[in-house]
Amino acid sequence: MAQLNIDRVSKSFGKTEVLKEVSIGIEEGEFLVLVGPSGCGKSTLLNMIAGLLDPSSGEIRLDDARIDDQEPKDRNIAMVFQSYALYPSMTVEKNMAFPLRMAGVSKADQKAKVNEVATLLQIEHLLNRKPAALSGGQRQRVAMGRALVRDPKLFLFDEPLSNLDAKLRVDMRTEIKLLHQRLGKTIVYVTHDQVEAMTMASRIAVMEGGLVQQLGTPAEIYDRPANMFVATFMGSPAMNLLPAIAGADGKTIMVGDQTLPLSPIAAAPAKGQTVKLGLRPEWFNLTGEGSAIVARVELIEPTGPDVYVSLRINGERVMARLPAGTEIDAGTERTFHVTLDKAPIFDADTGAALYA
Amino acid sequence: MRKLRGLAPQLTLLPSLILVAVTVYGFIAVTMVLSLTKSRMLPRFDRWEGFDNYARVWNHPRWEVAMENFAIFGILYIGGTLFIGLLLAIFLDQKIRAEGALRTIYLYPMALSFIVTGVAWQWIMTPDLGLERAFQIWGWDSFEFDWITQSEMAIYCVVIAGVWQASGFVMALFLAALRGINPEILAAAKMDGASGPSMYWHVIVPALRPAFLTAIVVQGHLAIKSYDLVVALTGGGPGFSTELPSTFMYEFTFSRNEMAVGASSAVMMLVLVMILIVPYLYSELRDGDR
Amino acid sequence: MATARNRASFERGFVYLVLLLSAAFFLMPLIAMIFTSLKSMPEITGAAGFENNTILTPPKEPSVAAWGAAWSSACIAVACEGLRSYFWNSVLMVVFAVAISVMLGAVNGYVLSKWRFRGDNIVFGMLLFGCFIPFQIVLIPMARLLGILDIAGTIPGLVFVHVCYGIPFTTLFFRNFYVTIPDELVKAARIDGAGFWSIFFLILLPISTPIFVVAIIWQFTGVWNDFLFGASFAGADARPLMVALNNLVNTSTGTKTYNIDMAGAMIAALPTMLVYIVGGRYFVRGLTSGAVKG
Repeated sequence: MAQLNIDRVSKSFGKTEVLKEVSIGIEEGEFLVLVGPSGCGKSTLLNMIAGLLDPSSGEIRLDDARIDDQEPKDRNIAMVFQSYALYPSMTVEKNMAFPLRMAGVSKADQKAKVNEVATLLQIEHLLNRKPAALSGGQRQRVAMGRALVRDPKLFLFDEPLSNLDAKLRVDMRTEIKLLHQRLGKTIVYVTHDQVEAMTMASRIAVMEGGLVQQLGTPAEIYDRPANMFVATFMGSPAMNLLPAIAGADGKTIMVGDQTLPLSPIAAAPAKGQTVKLGLRPEWFNLTGEGSAIVARVELIEPTGPDVYVSLRINGERVMARLPAGTEIDAGTERTFHVTLDKAPIFDADTGAALYA
Repeated sequence: MRKLRGLAPQLTLLPSLILVAVTVYGFIAVTMVLSLTKSRMLPRFDRWEGFDNYARVWNHPRWEVAMENFAIFGILYIGGTLFIGLLLAIFLDQKIRAEGALRTIYLYPMALSFIVTGVAWQWIMTPDLGLERAFQIWGWDSFEFDWITQSEMAIYCVVIAGVWQASGFVMALFLAALRGINPEILAAAKMDGASGPSMYWHVIVPALRPAFLTAIVVQGHLAIKSYDLVVALTGGGPGFSTELPSTFMYEFTFSRNEMAVGASSAVMMLVLVMILIVPYLYSELRDGDR
Repeated sequence: MATARNRASFERGFVYLVLLLSAAFFLMPLIAMIFTSLKSMPEITGAAGFENNTILTPPKEPSVAAWGAAWSSACIAVACEGLRSYFWNSVLMVVFAVAISVMLGAVNGYVLSKWRFRGDNIVFGMLLFGCFIPFQIVLIPMARLLGILDIAGTIPGLVFVHVCYGIPFTTLFFRNFYVTIPDELVKAARIDGAGFWSIFFLILLPISTPIFVVAIIWQFTGVWNDFLFGASFAGADARPLMVALNNLVNTSTGTKTYNIDMAGAMIAALPTMLVYIVGGRYFVRGLTSGAVKG
């Protein structure tokens, strides 16, 4: 039995249905990331776990006890917010002690616990400052500290890194992951950033349109996307989708007049069926690995470590990622190679992946 | 239990809501009903007069004067404060030295009571002793300023005192709006060749539209309510030449024991305010709701 | 090139001229009031020895006698005890009316911004409408209600009236202020175990000082400067200062004592002027946000 059980939870605001019978089970010590574009319902779900919103239907259970009818404070859950939500009038110490104070913990115990957590997060020297005197990264730490002092069963993070600049974001990402490894607490983490999801999660729930599109480990999500949405949402640059027609033998696929072998992971579509072939940009190469494919080079975008090459294949725009220093000219037509052993195909109508 | 606790916020609103429901909405209803009765010295709800009270209000010569004065005062007061307020705001926005001190001077009358304003201007406009005498002694022998004693001119004294009191407020509104204009828009307009007056006319003044609307609504409803200023400045006189709807209402209700007529005139005042306010509130709340 | 510069400096000169003339216009009544209040009656009427005096000439023989008279011995109707007791009536009325209406407004604004419920905007709109009604429409029923509550003619009665019609304004101020405070603060506090009142007192009140100052200044000037309610509802013992001032100036028998009138007006004006000078920034914010949404 999972530690946190989200069981057919729906939420409507007036006539708009934001979540549609979402079910997710989370094991103790897991790091679950809810990822999706804005408006997909991920924050709504998080707020319902926290108790800040009531589900329209469905149940939420924590350690087998139903919590969806409890006050937030009775759920033994802590949350870190995007804006950090530090209380402006209180010092860092008072901010961190606040949950303990509300729980009626003695002054001495408050102090001891706050000091312990402050040491863990290396913010002892900030304890007497007000939030306004802290940098973004420091505020972030204090917000986590305030969550940690309660020793909750479950941590919720609502886009905690999106207000930080790019470099700090990467550092804090590492730090949160380290903290998770050290403390082994269950975490539910909401983000719209697929890189954050891939790097931090033990499991990812990709959400869109109020539904969980796919729930799985980062590797499963990346290597076996359940549908075209997941395939294109996870990964940057996004997976290319090329219209293709299934070959007669069930082992090939036609992209325009070019014939490519079907990946072993893909189910054989019926002859002549129109599908979408998924090609990740990094599968392209000029070293002869995989199957040959002819493309017109439109634009070169060096990024430093890589070169992004914008191609036209059969009239479709396709993005390829090649190593830095690759010699290539825009405006020419040339033969690339592409490794197809993980290439999925998708039903052109439903968007669902067709796996063998 | 949780549901009950969930009502705590609404319950704390309740005392205020009850007070406002009774003393604003309930009282408006009572006054409306009163305006249809034969109440004279005391309210009574057993003898009905119907809409005749309204006819009596509208046919009364004093109401006629009151409406005429209201029109003069309303137009000149709103127009005057808008003109002076906008002018001062634009001029103050030219990187003026001692802007803070000037702003303070323009705005301080707003801190005063209309009674103080009325008392002060009554003194200043006293013909033999006030400004008239000052100008004569300064050498303008033929200067005359005795409007406050003349029936046809006294209402303009009320306008002067009113404009003096409230222009600073309009100035503050416009100045805040001017400072709130996105500097990139001004920069873009400059790049596009706008400058000086054309900048103001085509770019800045249109951007002040919300401030204009606010100023007109606030000043307009003050003009309708305006009571203290007339009482202190002219006492409604000479005769009843500076009568306004508010003084008419007070006179009939409390001095003449014609409560039903007074109530009818109060309802007329409310109608005037509603015409001004309701569209404004509606648009404010709709915008404010995101 | 030179002519362009000339024109620019001419324009600037014109701007300054207009601004300074306006300043003179706005200052003139205050100067006239102060000067007059410090003069003797012969000096005011231009009697022998003061022939060339005007309302704008500084007093030749300044004296605070008129201030003393206005404060404690000028005759208002039949009583010759000056404005003193009315001044304290006003102070008493203002303290309670401001305290109660501001506290209620703070709680209302908190609920309407941070505990949204179905129809909350309609409730807010209904409250807001109360800011704009002409008070003439409520005078008659209010007189009756004060009688029923047995507080007619008293200072508590006036406090009650000012609280009722102050609530819409104070609610507007606090609601518009709290709307700008991030909701996440309230959410975080709820998760940390704080309830409705502890969130208000521990999280929001400590950061509400600016809006408290605005609301207090607004209510203070509004209640202090009120005339209509005082004239309509106050009995002889409870009359606020503005009503007494008007009586002093406009119902005096015999010759008008302008110096005492002006000293009285200054006494009535000083408290709000002081507030304006000390809290000018907040005063302006109150004026403008009372009119525009925040």
